[in-house]
Amino acid sequence: MQVPASFDYRRAESVDDALALLERYGDGARVIAGGHSLLPMMKLRLARPEYLVDINDLTELDYLRLDGDRLRIGALTRHRKLLESEVVEHFFPIFTDAERVIADPPVRNRGTIGGSLCQADPSEDLSAVCSALAAEVVIRGRGGERVVPVHEFYRGPYETAVGVGEMLVEVRIPVRHRAGSAYEKVERKAGDWAVAAAGAALALAQDGRIEVAGIGLAAVGADAVHARAAEELLRGREPSEELFAEAGRRAGDDCEPVADNRGTAEYKRHLAAELTSRALRRAAARAAAGVEAGAGV
Amino acid sequence: MTTVEHAEHVDVEESAPTAAPPEERPIGYGRLKRKEDPRFVRGKGNYVDDVLLPGMLHGAVLRSPFAHARIVSIDTSAAEAHPKVKAVITGKTLEGLGLAWMPTLSMDTQAVLATDKVRFQGQEVAFVVAEDHYAARDAVELIDIEYEPLPAVIDARRAMDADAPVIRDDKEGRTDNHIFDWEAGDPEAANAVFERADVVVRQEMLYPRVHPAPLETCGCVASMDPVEGKLTLWETCQAPHAHRTLVAMVAGIPEQKIRIVAPDIGGGFGNKVGIYPGYVCAVVGSIVTGKPVKWMEDRSENLMSTSFARDYHMTGEIAATRDGKILGIRADVLADHGAFNGTAQPTKYPAGFFHIFTGSYDIEAAHCKVTGVYTNKAPGGVAYACSFRVTEAVYLVERMVDCLANELGRDPAELRMQNLLRPEQFPYENKTGWTYDSGDYPTTLRKAMDIAGYEQLREEQRRRRAEGKPMGIGVSFFTEVVGAGARKHFDILGLGMADGCELRVHPTGKAVVRLSVQTQGQGHETTFAQIVAEELGIPPEDIQVVHGDTDQTPFGLGTYGSRSTPVSGAAAAVVARKVRDKARLIAGAMLEVSPDDLDWEKGRWFVRGDPSAGKSIQEIALAAHGTLELPEGVEGHLEATTVYNPPNLTFPYGAYICVVDVDPGTGVVKVRRFIAVDDCGTRINPMIIEGQVHGGLADGVGMALMQLIGFDEDGNCLSGSFMDYLLPTALEVPDWELGYTVTPSPHHPIGAKGIGESATVGSPPAVVNAVMDAIGVRHADMPLTPSRVWHAMHGGVGAPQ
Amino acid sequence: MQVSINVNGTDYNAEVEPRHLLVRFLREDLRLTGTHWGCDTSNCGTCVVLLDGEPVKSCTVLAAMASGHSVRTVEGLEGPDGLDPVQQGFMEEHGLQCGFCTPGMMLTARALLDRNHDPSEEQIREAISGQLCRCTGYLNIVRAVRWAAEHQARAQTESPSQSETAGV
Repeated sequence: MQVPASFDYRRAESVDDALALLERYGDGARVIAGGHSLLPMMKLRLARPEYLVDINDLTELDYLRLDGDRLRIGALTRHRKLLESEVVEHFFPIFTDAERVIADPPVRNRGTIGGSLCQADPSEDLSAVCSALAAEVVIRGRGGERVVPVHEFYRGPYETAVGVGEMLVEVRIPVRHRAGSAYEKVERKAGDWAVAAAGAALALAQDGRIEVAGIGLAAVGADAVHARAAEELLRGREPSEELFAEAGRRAGDDCEPVADNRGTAEYKRHLAAELTSRALRRAAARAAAGVEAGAGV
Repeated sequence: MTTVEHAEHVDVEESAPTAAPPEERPIGYGRLKRKEDPRFVRGKGNYVDDVLLPGMLHGAVLRSPFAHARIVSIDTSAAEAHPKVKAVITGKTLEGLGLAWMPTLSMDTQAVLATDKVRFQGQEVAFVVAEDHYAARDAVELIDIEYEPLPAVIDARRAMDADAPVIRDDKEGRTDNHIFDWEAGDPEAANAVFERADVVVRQEMLYPRVHPAPLETCGCVASMDPVEGKLTLWETCQAPHAHRTLVAMVAGIPEQKIRIVAPDIGGGFGNKVGIYPGYVCAVVGSIVTGKPVKWMEDRSENLMSTSFARDYHMTGEIAATRDGKILGIRADVLADHGAFNGTAQPTKYPAGFFHIFTGSYDIEAAHCKVTGVYTNKAPGGVAYACSFRVTEAVYLVERMVDCLANELGRDPAELRMQNLLRPEQFPYENKTGWTYDSGDYPTTLRKAMDIAGYEQLREEQRRRRAEGKPMGIGVSFFTEVVGAGARKHFDILGLGMADGCELRVHPTGKAVVRLSVQTQGQGHETTFAQIVAEELGIPPEDIQVVHGDTDQTPFGLGTYGSRSTPVSGAAAAVVARKVRDKARLIAGAMLEVSPDDLDWEKGRWFVRGDPSAGKSIQEIALAAHGTLELPEGVEGHLEATTVYNPPNLTFPYGAYICVVDVDPGTGVVKVRRFIAVDDCGTRINPMIIEGQVHGGLADGVGMALMQLIGFDEDGNCLSGSFMDYLLPTALEVPDWELGYTVTPSPHHPIGAKGIGESATVGSPPAVVNAVMDAIGVRHADMPLTPSRVWHAMHGGVGAPQ
Repeated sequence: MQVSINVNGTDYNAEVEPRHLLVRFLREDLRLTGTHWGCDTSNCGTCVVLLDGEPVKSCTVLAAMASGHSVRTVEGLEGPDGLDPVQQGFMEEHGLQCGFCTPGMMLTARALLDRNHDPSEEQIREAISGQLCRCTGYLNIVRAVRWAAEHQARAQTESPSQSETAGV
């Protein structure tokens, strides 16, 4: 079986301890939480950190908190917790949709939201979800914290705004009224990375028009996490089949998918459009259902 | 999800005459819980990687990153300097021992460790032996090799181009990449029917390269005893005796000094038939270091270097009358055998049993031609649960029949019913030389259609189509050919495919039966005990089945091509009957009557006309070992041996129906239902048979929808891990709906035909036919991934590479 | 480095390399060879064990990361009163053939039944969807888990108590 090259291991006892270790070891250090992206890369010897800083004991980063008009998710929150959270499902069904199709149950028992975002794989689902929801992330270093919009967090494949000696500690998601969201993914089998995926989050104004629209895409290009043109089209418009189809087309036109084992570029572009329309349709239906049920959202 | 279990609803007249009624602990055939399970559910199985020997060292292989490259230099000094490294072996080391090359199962040669050049990505170049696994892996990275990359042949269709690089320039006088041409059938007769046919349909198709991918990878522990000169080799191995003989021939170790142990095997499916370079390296490593050496592949090594399957570029033609009578079938095949011809086929049959491509139909003429070529891809071409290329043949004919139905606008089930062989035609000699032993095909197809509710499904399909929801119903009817085979016709490297079996009944009436075949999960320890139990009336729990150790078992060719039951199962029945016959002589002496006056009922001989006067097999066993005066010419003890040489192959068959839904916006296929009605002759253990069918069906769904060993233009393997070589999970497969019919094989001692590979053979065309039916396209090649299905719906899709 | 892992109720202390994988620790250091491995990319699930009661892929957990936690392997399924209903179910319903994926499948089933005494077929299929089986086509595994659900005494789902300490 494949085994990693040698490294040194440190288990952090607190966030401060983790930051001190990361600072001390600099470039050669990697944070490990669930490990399901990092360890396979290390076994294939595509990643060779000199130090692993294990943050699994930092239970202070494992939380889901509704705090005023935002949901705060600790970076060490496991996929399974997100999947099973009723609060998450109520306010952000896009998360629940996505978590259902992220990897598989044993992996979801270990994998964390922070790990998923920091891996910054262009096929990764939660980056698209967070993009659709216009999330912010909190990055902490020894010098303090900074809050970064998720659109600025992602710096290209496998690159994020987290610098040397820093770590992601929290994800913040704005709670909106009259909102609905949904995630659509095509995979070749359960547990596969996306062939393509699209997430949509809508919030409606009092008059039923779209007030806020977010669309996040996965696996359709290195820089296509965020479908801006489609979002712009939607703002201020009345939800309709035609509008969602047009938004889908824009999302498809805007992305730069590459052909691989999972599919051709043409197909992925088609999926970006098709799945964006589908996600918008379901997001709008959920928003409407929420308004109808008088859920106060 | 359907929960109906149809297997239990079977007409009485369809049951085998010898089948026992279902009971908890049958003495003989029936649903018997497996004897091997108590150790497996406790985690007490003993697989090769569980073997731990004192002082054992660990091996790791350095592999080629290039598909085709000349080796300029190899520097092992840094690896040798690693403090935990005990030996570094290269092709040069092996050349000194005459082991740099080894024979393949197809009488070709294969490099154990490359000396001149590398011929596929993942080819073995060096072997490190170290104190532990981590160190061995680390040291592999310290070996420095300079390569000079060469142009590679990746597409088999370009292998015979005039400017194609010659892959096997190691072979004297080689100027091209051609391996063999082979044909079967009558070309003139086929031309004649094609000329007068009203309708001829032609279709090119690729059965893509796939891999058996057992969950346990291949590996071994080699232990050479320097004092005794005896080699013990624990191997993940489907054919221990064949391996012993080959190791003797290759390594020059006397055969009595070689012991091959195949312990519990974590799935084989054909992947564990061949001998891989890693085994040879581990043996050499043990000889060089004087210590046992373990070598286990990782998953990438397994997928990239060990025996793949299929890779058949096929052109099929089918000729018929306007009213749907099939007249003839032709096939022209280009077979990609990779860099070394290591396909596991009987010597006479370089394309295996592909000439079963005439299928289950009453046709007038057939002809096929197969050309094998070298490419810069991994060698192999094994029987991946396919009985020697039967999978490719069945896929071809069952796709062609659907293409014909499409051309004629006919229902595919009805068209098959019109052309199936009729029961009175058996034994049936087909147009390529096979003699099908027995069958009642129309009954089996009708049964599958009844379980499916075929007519209602077609009605539902019409309704859904009107709503824009594509639904497909795919039918396949397959005839398998298994149980190789008669020594005269079937051999691997000159070793005839007859199987030995030994049975000994102990004084207390308990027995031990020794087999040459090796289980990889099929439940031999249970079913072979049942075969003996059926013949002798000794309870199966009193019968120890010994297998998988060449020091403990008689010679035989191993488990593949569904041959365990047809060949070794027959041997077990025959040897038990020999014991029974001897028991009759002893019972006559005990009862002081002529043996001719005795009758047998399961478990005892009794005096004809006086059932109370009899002796049980246990009583007879004790007497056979005791002081009873035995008749003239009868030796003491109760035991027998046999070597079973099959008079013919057996021909299991079945009718499969698959129902799929296709999402027209994404091309995603969902297999909603799968109905399988199998006929494997006499059923020894229905529970195990159903399990075999379930597994094969899942495998078939996987091949149809997702499995592919793909390459880029430079020959880089794109499917080197389970992230990219996809196998179905519990969420991609439905609740299987099974049924069965029973037409015993007339020439087999117990009428059994073998079931291990039927479902893998029969299911891929059913799935593909269903998807084509759903999307209204005549043909698209597997794997039918969402992307490929979507392209098929929008202008077509080419063959995968 | 020093690790201390409770496995099947026994505390084990060992000196290991940081890169030592949990699956190799179990198989090589403790000789608990019932836990198998089948891939390197955490796709096949052959190596599933319970870490603090939940299924994880032990090829993708470092022994170091498991230190201070409890692990349950197939060898810890059988209790003083005999086989776990899951083990019985796999035998009753022919839920295994080659036996290689079986330990991981049974542990996932155990964890599922600990949380849900009456899982539906869909829930069972979902629960085992991170684990491959090449032999059974899954249906009999689903039936085996259902068998266990129907036959297990509700009270008998406690894991073994922690007692001895051993060094390796």
